[in-house]
Amino acid sequence: MFESPIREPLILGHKTYRKITDDLVAPILGPASWKWYVTTAFTAAVMFAGFAAITYTLFVGIGTWGLNKTVGWAFDITNFVFWIGIGHAGTLISAILLLFRQRWRMAINRAAEAMTIFAVICAGLFPIIHMGRPWLAFWFLPLPNTHGSLWVNFNSPLLWDVFAISTYFTISLLFWYTGLIPDLAMVRDRAKPGSFAHWAYSILSFGWTGSAKQWQRFEAVSLVLAGLSTPLVLSVHSIVSFDFATSILPGWHTTIFPPYFVAGAIFSGFGMVLTLMIITREVLNLKDYITLEHIDAMAKVTLATGMMVGFAYATEFFIAWYSGSYWERYIFLNRAFGPYWWSYWAMVSCNLFIPQVFWFKKLRRNPWFVFVISIFVNIGMWFERFVIIVTSLHRDFLSSSWRMYTPTWVEVTIFVGTFGLFLTLYLLFARFLPVIAAAETKSILKTSGDQYAGLSWEAYQARKREGAIAPALHPTLDPQNPQS
Amino acid sequence: MAKYLIGLYDDDEKLLAGVAAFDREHVPIHEVCTPFPVHGLDHALHLRKSRLPDAAFVYGALGTLTALSMQIYMYTIDWPVNIGGKSHLPFPSFIPITFELTVLFAGVLMFLSYLYVNRLYPGKRARIYDPRQTDDAMVVAIADERYWDAAKALFQKTGAIETKIVEL
Repeated sequence: MFESPIREPLILGHKTYRKITDDLVAPILGPASWKWYVTTAFTAAVMFAGFAAITYTLFVGIGTWGLNKTVGWAFDITNFVFWIGIGHAGTLISAILLLFRQRWRMAINRAAEAMTIFAVICAGLFPIIHMGRPWLAFWFLPLPNTHGSLWVNFNSPLLWDVFAISTYFTISLLFWYTGLIPDLAMVRDRAKPGSFAHWAYSILSFGWTGSAKQWQRFEAVSLVLAGLSTPLVLSVHSIVSFDFATSILPGWHTTIFPPYFVAGAIFSGFGMVLTLMIITREVLNLKDYITLEHIDAMAKVTLATGMMVGFAYATEFFIAWYSGSYWERYIFLNRAFGPYWWSYWAMVSCNLFIPQVFWFKKLRRNPWFVFVISIFVNIGMWFERFVIIVTSLHRDFLSSSWRMYTPTWVEVTIFVGTFGLFLTLYLLFARFLPVIAAAETKSILKTSGDQYAGLSWEAYQARKREGAIAPALHPTLDPQNPQS
Repeated sequence: MAKYLIGLYDDDEKLLAGVAAFDREHVPIHEVCTPFPVHGLDHALHLRKSRLPDAAFVYGALGTLTALSMQIYMYTIDWPVNIGGKSHLPFPSFIPITFELTVLFAGVLMFLSYLYVNRLYPGKRARIYDPRQTDDAMVVAIADERYWDAAKALFQKTGAIETKIVEL
């Protein structure tokens, strides 16, 4: 298939189908390096430290946190929104970019979707433990009960969140697993028959053979799941923003919250995807698949969404002044110049100022530079949620109840522990599952492989005459029609 | 145990040409297995369009109805709570959950239907003609022995890299 020469190749190293299989199966069936064991042991230790802090909270109570009567939400909900946001890049990449037929999604969608699932697991912990009595968490569900069947409050965005996040988790998991089945079959057929790996991947791959009918249904399901996930991902963070926006608190009661939160979520998600993918391509030796072109594209999305978030910051300030609301104006001045000024300026610097370096192509194509910037994005987006939640709460309508909030070691340990959980799950994923969607990558090899891409129409025809490119004979792949 | 004559192609465009040739010569193809989705293969094999998207629409509609009837029953009929005199039938408040359940029903039931129609389930033994079919080769399998000679010739003519008889 002819591809316009302005498109850069997305697969380097003159790959063949066989070579793609080799490269992706090698880290799974080969032995893990000692570095993997050491890193996983470390992240698992951090994870268990977090679990210990959660257990401590459950036994002693929410009083172990730094919350007070005025600031009733702080680290818990900050971390919840932070993790939910991280997940959004995965769905954007796998669903929205699928609908837009962006080929660069293929190398990163699998890992980004895995991050979505792991991030939602981390996020889901916080609403449950912040209830204080998590054994009553099932009260969130619309179940018949002994209170005369007093049902849940369908007017509450907190309830909408329960439905939104559980749906998001389920659909993301199914979408991810649908794509994994053919690749697990590939690993199965590479494993030695009779070995444990062969047995395990046989179970996981559900007996996939790759028949034409299976692929036809696969594509139908992928497309519909992408179509369902696209509004879903927008709805999830919109509903998360309703948790704040439907209240009457200055700084929260804002109509721009849904789009602002969605843009921020995608921004933070791309920050995390860049952070982990730059390490993954280095460690698993996948630089031929996750190329500088991919990092460039992700940096552009980061820049664009960072500017949207920055625009939202400016809009909020403008409306605080323009509305003439005394309380609203005070809250925003307090955000920028009050006692939490450092968190506000950390947010603005990391999210708006620092990503401006991505205007320069040279910097977008320097992986380690992008890595450093992506860390700033992660930090900045955590601070955004902290700023929104804590600065709006800590000085409320009655100046006698103004309080400051400082996290305790318990809250910090739980937060750090969720990083342990996230990274442990990611490391297990990178060890036992194909981190790149192999079948999809194979399907774009002949348009985006470096031996095919970037050729002019004349050079393409010449190579075809030499027999270097197989002739296209099917009518839908007409060589005379560059569109096909 | 059934016997199949299989031919392996190493290129998707050669495979499409091969399948077209089999079609012209009226040699029935039992199955084609490929390591990745080959565009145009479903047309070449005259496969019927999948009805899974239609099913997904029905599942989604079922989700919409479930969500609306659940909320209206619980909030309007069974126990209408007076919250500051607000409506007992707050339609806008019902929209988020209705949307989520629509997506949930459509996605989950479609995934289960997909597994069912493909006969995929955990632990199923895969009927693999050749291990390369999930790796780098496209397999065309001919079941009917009467056509094997014709098929062999066609495989050779259309550039298959290997032909062999397998039992599975």
